[in-house]
Formats: sequence, C-alpha cells, structure tokens
Amino acid sequence: MEFNTNFILGCSAIGAGLAVIAGIGPGIGQGIAAGHAAAAVGRNPGAKSDVTSTMLLGQAVAETTGLYGLLVAMLLLFVKPLGK
Amino acid sequence: MGQGVLLTESADIDFMIHGVFSYELFGQTVWITTTHICVLIVMLVIIAFCLAANRAIKYASEVPGTFQNIVELVVEMLDNMVGGVMGKFSPKFRNYVGTIFIFIFLSNISGLFGLRPPTADYGVTFALGIMTFTLIHYNQFKYQKVKGVIAGLCDPWPIWAPINMIGEIAVPISLSLRLFANVLSGTVMMALIYGLLSKIAIIWPAALHVYFDLFSGAIQTYVFCMLTMTYISNACTTD
Repeated sequence: MEFNTNFILGCSAIGAGLAVIAGIGPGIGQGIAAGHAAAAVGRNPGAKSDVTSTMLLGQAVAETTGLYGLLVAMLLLFVKPLGK
Repeated sequence: MGQGVLLTESADIDFMIHGVFSYELFGQTVWITTTHICVLIVMLVIIAFCLAANRAIKYASEVPGTFQNIVELVVEMLDNMVGGVMGKFSPKFRNYVGTIFIFIFLSNISGLFGLRPPTADYGVTFALGIMTFTLIHYNQFKYQKVKGVIAGLCDPWPIWAPINMIGEIAVPISLSLRLFANVLSGTVMMALIYGLLSKIAIIWPAALHVYFDLFSGAIQTYVFCMLTMTYISNACTTD
C-alpha cells in the first residue's frame, strides 16, 4: 500500500533522528575526561604524553555507545529494514 | 520507494559498497566488491613498501639515508608502543600488533586518495576483531591453563559465569564496531558534503579530510592496537 510504505519511511527517519540523541552522553563524558586531563597536565606538565594517550583511549571507549546510536540511525536511513 | 527519503534516491551521493563482478561458488553467487579491490590496493602498497624496506636494510649504510631513516623510525615507534604496554610479553606480539597497525592506518587514510576505506566495511573490521579474539583466548589457555580460565569465568561467584561469558563475546564485537562506525561516519560525512554541497565544495573540504581521514583514522588505529595489546597482556598475566 502506497500510504503504508511512505508512513513507515517517515517513521524510520524520525526514529533515526531520535537514535542519534545517544550522542549526548558520550559528548558529556568526553568533555569531562578532557577537562580532567587538562587539570592533570596543569598539575604535572611532565606527564603530558602519558596523560594524553590515556585520555584518548578512555574517550574512544566512551564514544562507543554514541556510535551504536549512529549505527542504528544509519541502518534506519539507508538500509531501511522496516520499509520492505 | 517514495520520495520521502531524498538522500538515497539522489544519484550523486554515493558511499555504499558496490559489487564489481560476481561468480558462482558451490551454487551461490559471490560478489567481488569495491572493498576487495581497495584492500588489494592497500596490500600492494604495503608489499611494495616492505620490499623497498627489506632492500634498504639489507644494504644498510652506517650513516642512514632518507628511506632507511623512515623505516627505522617506523619500526622503532612500533617497538616502543608495544614495549610500553606489554612489557615482557612484547617480543612475541610485536609483529602482530605492528602488522595490524600498519594495515589499519593505511586503510583509514586511503580515503584521502579517493578510495573507499576498506575499514568502512564491517566484514574487514570483524575479521580483525576475530583475529584478536582468537589470540586472546589462545594465550589465556596457554598461560592460565584450563583451571585459571574457569576461575576467571566464575570470578565473584560461579553464578556470574553467563554474564562473564557475554562480556567475553562482546569484546571482538565492540572492538570491530568501534573502528567500523568511526570510519563509516567519516566516509558518510565526506560523501554528503561532496554530494549535497558540490557547488561550493572547492577547497575547504581539505580541512575536513585532515580531521576525518588523518586525525580520526590515526586515533582509531591507535585505540584498536592499544585495546588489542591490553586484552592480550591481561590474558597472558597469571595471578
């Protein structure tokens, strides 16, 4: 049915938009990590390279949940599993 | 499909994997895709570099030339990275970590040269994740023996075992999805910019290329290798 397919596609687009709200959490988390790393470098400038690599590793792990939201949005928009 | 989803219907936005040609294998159609070709190109570049490096080291001079300097720099950097994380286990895993580091790094930055990055295909990253997973568990059984593995599985109490098992299985999936989603998001973003803003995308996308391909690619390569090394040295440690 024509109406049904379009309706499902529109709902998929709304769902994709809702799914990328998952990016809020990792954003806050990465910001906190970067802030604490900046404070650590300020207190102990000699350990800058160690602090930076640890911060990047932690941020990349924290980013994973946001990326899952992004993947769900991509699947809804481009693979269209519900519209078939 | 209706006109609702404009993006996928427009012809000039293109970041999907395409089949190049297909062949029959045991009654199933198997496609050779753009990913295979990009992996092949990356591999050819690595092989050419290796042959040249082998030649440069074989006829090494006391005062190193430019190319010998570059080769020594790369090897020394990888050795230091592996040695700093794995400590006494580093001689065994230096070659594996170095190999995947160079492969993932070249794959990630191949977007700069107009290829579709091979790591933006879940098949490639999942294979890398499975390789790491195999290595983790092989070393766990080798160093901790069956008793240690079972003890680690029933960590606080034996009733915890199913949850620990799910945690073990999640390792390669999250490892590969992290790399895949990061590279894919960069690829999609660049395709959208070149597709939708093609009239004004003159020089400034170069800055985005530096971020999405070089910076993000290097960080994700580093993170993948770092996590691989951490997991493996955890598996090797007996306590």
